[in-house]
Amino acid sequence: MNYIAIGNNSTIAISDIPEIVYDDFFKLNTELVANHPERHCVNYFGYNYGERIKLICCIADDNSHEIFVSSCLVSPTDTLKAFTSKLLCFEKFEREIHENFGIGFSGHPWLKPVRYSFNRNDKTKTIANYPFFKIESEELHEVGVGPIHAGVIEPGHFRFICNGEQILHLEIQLGYQHRGIEQLFIEKKRLLERTTLAESIAGDTVIGHTTAFSNIWESLCEFERTRDIDFSRTLALELERIAIHTGDLSAVCTDIAYQLGSSVFGRLRTPIINFMQEWGGNRLSKGFVRPGRNQFPFTPELGKRLALVLDAFERDFDEMNTELFKLPSALSRFERTGVVPSADILSIGAVGMAARMSKLNRDIRQSHPFGLYPELQHQPIIKHHGDVYSRVQIRKEEVKQSIGYVRKLIKNIPEPNTKPFKLKTPNPNSFTLSLVEGWRGEICHCAITDSKGELILYKIKDPSFHNWLALALAVRNNEISDFPICNKSFNLSYCGHDL
Amino acid sequence: MLDNIKILYHQGKQFIPNVTTAEVPGIFRGRPIISLEKVNEAELQELCPVNAISINPVSIDLGKCTFCGECAMRFPNKIRFTKDYKISTNERTSLIVKEGEDKLVEVNPEMVRKEIHKVFGRSLKLRQVSAAGDNSCEWELNAANNVQFDMGRFGIEFVASPRHADGIVITGPISENMAEPLQICYDAVPEPKIIVLVGTDAISGGITGNSPAVDRSFLNKYPIDLYIPGNPAHPLTIINGFLDLTRKRKSKK
Ligand code: SF4
Repeated sequence: MNYIAIGNNSTIAISDIPEIVYDDFFKLNTELVANHPERHCVNYFGYNYGERIKLICCIADDNSHEIFVSSCLVSPTDTLKAFTSKLLCFEKFEREIHENFGIGFSGHPWLKPVRYSFNRNDKTKTIANYPFFKIESEELHEVGVGPIHAGVIEPGHFRFICNGEQILHLEIQLGYQHRGIEQLFIEKKRLLERTTLAESIAGDTVIGHTTAFSNIWESLCEFERTRDIDFSRTLALELERIAIHTGDLSAVCTDIAYQLGSSVFGRLRTPIINFMQEWGGNRLSKGFVRPGRNQFPFTPELGKRLALVLDAFERDFDEMNTELFKLPSALSRFERTGVVPSADILSIGAVGMAARMSKLNRDIRQSHPFGLYPELQHQPIIKHHGDVYSRVQIRKEEVKQSIGYVRKLIKNIPEPNTKPFKLKTPNPNSFTLSLVEGWRGEICHCAITDSKGELILYKIKDPSFHNWLALALAVRNNEISDFPICNKSFNLSYCGHDL
Repeated sequence: MLDNIKILYHQGKQFIPNVTTAEVPGIFRGRPIISLEKVNEAELQELCPVNAISINPVSIDLGKCTFCGECAMRFPNKIRFTKDYKISTNERTSLIVKEGEDKLVEVNPEMVRKEIHKVFGRSLKLRQVSAAGDNSCEWELNAANNVQFDMGRFGIEFVASPRHADGIVITGPISENMAEPLQICYDAVPEPKIIVLVGTDAISGGITGNSPAVDRSFLNKYPIDLYIPGNPAHPLTIINGFLDLTRKRKSKK
């Protein structure tokens, strides 16, 4: 076998990952993915290995619930045949490897910088000189937006090529938010520092990313999670999903100038995040998830409070949705706007709700379940049109589904585990991978330790890494005035992408 | 239309009538109080993920603190976080809370630049720049403008262009890649202009402050008019910070 099959959150010896020559590595991974919509690449990265670079590729299989991991040693001066020459979904991974190490990829359409990381290989490339796709035309014009946007949001540069009001092409340049997080994971040695880093990967997905980190860490330390820990994380992850989906419904209403929907959804988010504060002291759940412990046990009193919060929430949420979805002016803005056909969604390797809005069933809660998801028997919500309407519908229905899960969970609140614990040091020479389905989609963290159990690599992938390209495709042939609503219906992360 | 009115009616009054006295529900980690109890200070100092704790005397720098609560959990008799969310100030040193003190954190009217009141009166139009912010403070700034907190009723608003702004509000530790866009934006704001830092990341760099990917040199060049701490800053901290800045008057000597 030239790969090893592992499960979500399992730790293996790094030496257990078969190391194969590049031709085989290419063949293996492209063949695993080609014509297998149930498989996709969850992470593909390199790290320094003496004078050479070790590449590790991780392909998840949603049917068998396994992740196939293989590796290959290459040299920074190599030019390798790009996976992307066969499958577009590897495009960003290879760009990142090129940016970090200088490895060439032949047959790759655009080896452009991904995030202008501080430790990039070629410092002559600077963020102010991004090589945007250009057109020579008398009729077409370019519109540049950013990096600082009009609202209170993160920076990124959008370059449109338009024919009058119609968008022909959008290129999204990111990297402004780069903070060097992956490197800090290695340099900061204390666990609380690393957990704090995990909380700041994306401040709108705190539970998602800290759960991935904690699950990895506990696996590396062979810590057996008690039920109350998984309970808290699962519950909080679903509350995070409810809060953000609701907030995004508000943002979409703002963009179609539907003031009532904007205000009602906007204020409905508040009781949910305020509940997180009641439970853990922070509206955005910072300081909440900690490896090896459950520092805010969920009490029956909190359960009663949450049930009341959800009852009041759901009443108003339903009422507002009924109104929104019969409003002709709203529907006409949602339907057939920002369509990404399922063939494109598959080819770019989209994940999470960006995949599910266009027929592609990708949901880690079902395919590689963690926490208490095995017993919730999650059935993903799938939509078919790939337009703003489908994305808005997914938000609405996932909120309803999550409310159902939360109600089910709080019927059976586990006893808090009060036994003192001590986390061991992480296993030496190990590899661990953790997948979590955050509200945007699949989060993947990978860790590698050295002979002393110290981290030598921490690799983070936010779902936005895959999904920004979906937004770029969605706006093609749309009016430029529809850009905001397309953007908000995805609501992708800048900092989670730029790290 | 009728249904719309029905929904409106159901909403009732959503805004918080008095944002200066409203209580936050449940647990909240606001201004800490540090007792004089003797503890293992080295251990206390060492546990903090962002070196916000100093000793001799024991103090917490709210500009560095992530409000994770770890110190209070491990040393509950030494450190206690109160629900006081009014922790904004224009004096960097006022963010340092010392043991044995129970002092409010507030704007020092003597340090408010005189052009602030003269030119801006009580309203402020601000341009927000997220400079590698993690989208949590950005979220809370937006929340401060929603129907509940409704900061706009006090004349404090975010505007789309720096040309219409009285100043900038920075979130995030300021990445190297954002250093230039931030400078360009600041330069485009007409004089006189203010700078407000929102959140631990902006005030001290937070957990990513010493990263080589971060460039905080911008902050050495200009005076800072308001620090709004938090991780992220709570909307009530944000609103009260701005109100304190715009309402306080220098004593007439
Ligand atoms: S609450 Fe603040 S001072 Fe205390 S440990 Fe956390 S960051 Fe440090």
